[in-house]
Amino acid sequence: MAIIKTEDLHFTYEGDELETLHGVNLEIEEGSFVAVLGHNGSGKSTLAKLFNGILLPTGGRVLVDGIDTADEERVLEVRRTVGLVFQNPDNQIVANVVEDDVAFAPENLGVESSEIRRRVDDALKTVGMYEYRLHAPHLLSGGQKQRVAIAGVLAMRPRCIVLDEPTAMLDPVGRREVISTVTRLCREQGITVVLITHHMSECVGADRLVVMSEGRIVADGAPREVFSQVELLKREGLSVPATTELIYELDAEGWTLPLTALTVDECADAVMAALAR
Amino acid sequence: MLKDITLGQYFPGDTVVHRLDPRTKLILVIVFIAALFLAVDWIGYAVMFAVTALCVRVSTIKLKSLLKGLKPLIFIILLTGILNLFYTKEGTVLFDWWIFTVTTGGIKRAFLMVVRIMLLICGTLLLTYTTSPIALTDGLEMLLNPLKKIKVPVHEMSMMMSMALRFIPTLIEETDKIMSAQKARGADFSTGKLTERAKALLPLLVPLFVSSFRRADELAVAMESRCYHGGEGRTRMKTLRLARRDWLAFLAGALVLGGMIVLRVYGL
Repeated sequence: MAIIKTEDLHFTYEGDELETLHGVNLEIEEGSFVAVLGHNGSGKSTLAKLFNGILLPTGGRVLVDGIDTADEERVLEVRRTVGLVFQNPDNQIVANVVEDDVAFAPENLGVESSEIRRRVDDALKTVGMYEYRLHAPHLLSGGQKQRVAIAGVLAMRPRCIVLDEPTAMLDPVGRREVISTVTRLCREQGITVVLITHHMSECVGADRLVVMSEGRIVADGAPREVFSQVELLKREGLSVPATTELIYELDAEGWTLPLTALTVDECADAVMAALAR
Repeated sequence: MLKDITLGQYFPGDTVVHRLDPRTKLILVIVFIAALFLAVDWIGYAVMFAVTALCVRVSTIKLKSLLKGLKPLIFIILLTGILNLFYTKEGTVLFDWWIFTVTTGGIKRAFLMVVRIMLLICGTLLLTYTTSPIALTDGLEMLLNPLKKIKVPVHEMSMMMSMALRFIPTLIEETDKIMSAQKARGADFSTGKLTERAKALLPLLVPLFVSSFRRADELAVAMESRCYHGGEGRTRMKTLRLARRDWLAFLAGALVLGGMIVLRVYGL
């Protein structure tokens, strides 16, 4: 069943003349890992804020587990089901101590103290930040801060986590920490992950890749299929992974190679096989 | 250099004074101030001094830190002393020249007033030295809770306080960054006349303000995403609970206050 479903979703920012999203139809299956790609201004961040009712559609609707996000009575249910993690970790941490920050969401939901304690410990262990529970957030590294932010969302026990360019401000180490954490959440705990990014390399592990451009979905499918549409991606100003790039260029030179070879090993095997021919 | 700023001058520790509930400490400081203003004569002040000294001793706060806290107020302390010295005309005259008259009563009064102010400051310093700013805000929120009935936005005020505290290190870091960026392009913050230096701060403050507003906006969205909807129906992970030591502290406070009242009414 779809955890998030958008039906002919249109959105225009107040005071803007141009529409940001022009009719997006998207269904996100529960338990899947979906990456949303697009360059700046493609409407992908807007989409994230529409997923939990921070923004409301100006046309069409968004259903979260069957609940319309425009239903004011059930806005907490929607936000508890779909947790949002943002780009700048500094601007989403609310407390001076890591564990107090993670406790923020369940406190807002009126969860009982002992249950909050349990959820906070679980969430921090899940993201591997339990030893840092008494630290001050501003002394942590970017990747650690972002993992605390993820724990803060996990403490709501959401069924889906939407991450809006969570690695944009991180160094390569922090980036790896965050991506492996969310991948694990999806694979081990069955939490639906929607990762919004413009880094190709982060999408390789996803089940499904949605490419957005100018407020529309221009490609949608398994990463292998989408990446093999090299011309399309280049037209959208997105770079393909180095492996795909290599095979694409060799292919253009007359070598016949499979564009679906995505990992470094697969790529190497394909090139070796071609050389042996 | 900006990183050295410590906020609220909290000195973490694990003494009885540190462990007291912030509400207890807040109430006791008020009791302490009331007792201090009720105190009369040497005996009253001696008791108050002893109480303060005992608390300082137990809290293991260094005398040096207390003196550092007193330093900015030295002018007020001296002024109070001098005014009391010359304006009190009691007892035998020791010294008389032009408008200055010093009497034995004046010396005594000046001395006691100086002691009173110093004890007052020490008492409040002890509160901020031994209580983290966040615990203090939490305590204040709970103490002021009854005011919600008359529509005072207690929760909102305390939330704003703790957000401000949370963002101070972030903003300091950012100021440092902007300063370095400006310095790299030849800005000079440390020389020149006061007006020039104030002018040099302007290009620092503008980007800081702009980014603060952006941060505030992002923070609000992040808080709403985490189901924040005001203080209604909110629970706490760490609930404050009064322990036996808090009740003992209250008892001690009541005894001191009572003692001061008795001394004032009946004398010795």
